[in-house]
Amino acid sequence: MFLIPDPVVRFFHRMASPPHFYAFTQRLMPWLVVIFLLLTAAGLYGGLYLAPADYQQGDSYRIIYIHVPSAWMSLFIYVIMAVAGCIGLVWRIKLAEIVAISSAPVGASFTFIALVTGSLWGKPMWGTWWVWDARLTSELILLFLYLGVIGLYGAIDDKRTASRAVAILALVGVVNIPVIHYSVEWWNTLHQGPTVTKMDKPSIHVSMLVPLLLMAVAFKFYYVIAMLQRARIELLLRERNAQWVKNMVAESKQ
Amino acid sequence: MSMQEFFAMGGYAFYVWTSYGLTLCVLLANIIIPVVQRKKFLRALALKQKRSES
Repeated sequence: MFLIPDPVVRFFHRMASPPHFYAFTQRLMPWLVVIFLLLTAAGLYGGLYLAPADYQQGDSYRIIYIHVPSAWMSLFIYVIMAVAGCIGLVWRIKLAEIVAISSAPVGASFTFIALVTGSLWGKPMWGTWWVWDARLTSELILLFLYLGVIGLYGAIDDKRTASRAVAILALVGVVNIPVIHYSVEWWNTLHQGPTVTKMDKPSIHVSMLVPLLLMAVAFKFYYVIAMLQRARIELLLRERNAQWVKNMVAESKQ
Repeated sequence: MSMQEFFAMGGYAFYVWTSYGLTLCVLLANIIIPVVQRKKFLRALALKQKRSES
C-alpha cells in the first residue's frame, strides 16, 4: 500500500462504505450527466454534420461514431467487470462485487449495439447482414458471456455467493478479450483491420477522428452513469435491513 | 447543406438513422430501468416502515 498516495487510499476506503457511496454518487450524478451530454453533442455535431462523407462509403460510414465506441466499450467494461469481480473475490469488498454485477447489463447493451450497428453497416457495404468471421463471432461470444454473468447472478439467491460465482465466470471469459482485439490480424476476416489503434499514424482523417474520440469519451461517461444507477439499486436491495437505509427512508418521509 | 439532404444521408438514411435510433433507445432504457426500480423500492420501504410504526 506504500506505493499509493494517502488521499487515494482514503478515497477508496470511504467509497467502500455503503452510505458514503450512496450519498456521494447522488451528488456526482448531475456533473456526470452534464459532461456526457456536452461530449455527445459535440461528437454528434462533428460526426454527423461537420465531417465530410467518406470517399468510398459515402454517408453510411457515419455509423462508425456509435459502432466503434460501442465496440471499445464492450471490451473495456468486460475488463472492469472482471477486475472488480476479482477484487471482490480476493478482498470480499461488497462495493467491488456491486460494481462488477452492475457493469454487466451496460456491457451487454454496448455489445448488442456494436453487433446491431455493425450489421446495419455491413448490409450496404458488404452486402450481408452477418458473416461468421472471427471478429463478429468472438464479439457474439462476448454478448453470451455478459448474458451468462447476468443469468448466473440471478439464479443464485445468496448475492455474496452469486458474486463469487459470477467473478469466476467473468475471469475465465477474459481469454476472449485479446481474441476479439487481434481477431482481425490473426485471421482473414471480412471485418476491416484496426483504423485508430495502430502503432503508426491512424488511417483516418482528423476531421473524422476527433468526433470519434469525443464519442468514445462520452460513452465512458455514460457507462459510469448507467453503472452507478444500477449499483445504487443493487446496494439498496442488499442493505435493505441496514440502519442507514432505514434512517434515509425515515428522513425522506418528512 | 439543406435539412432534407442531411436526413437523407446520401441514400443511407435507413441504415444510419436506425443505428442511431436503436442506440438511443438502448442507452435510455439502461438509465430509466434502474432509476424506476430504485424509486419503487424506496416507496415500498417507506410504506413498510409506516405500517410497522402504526
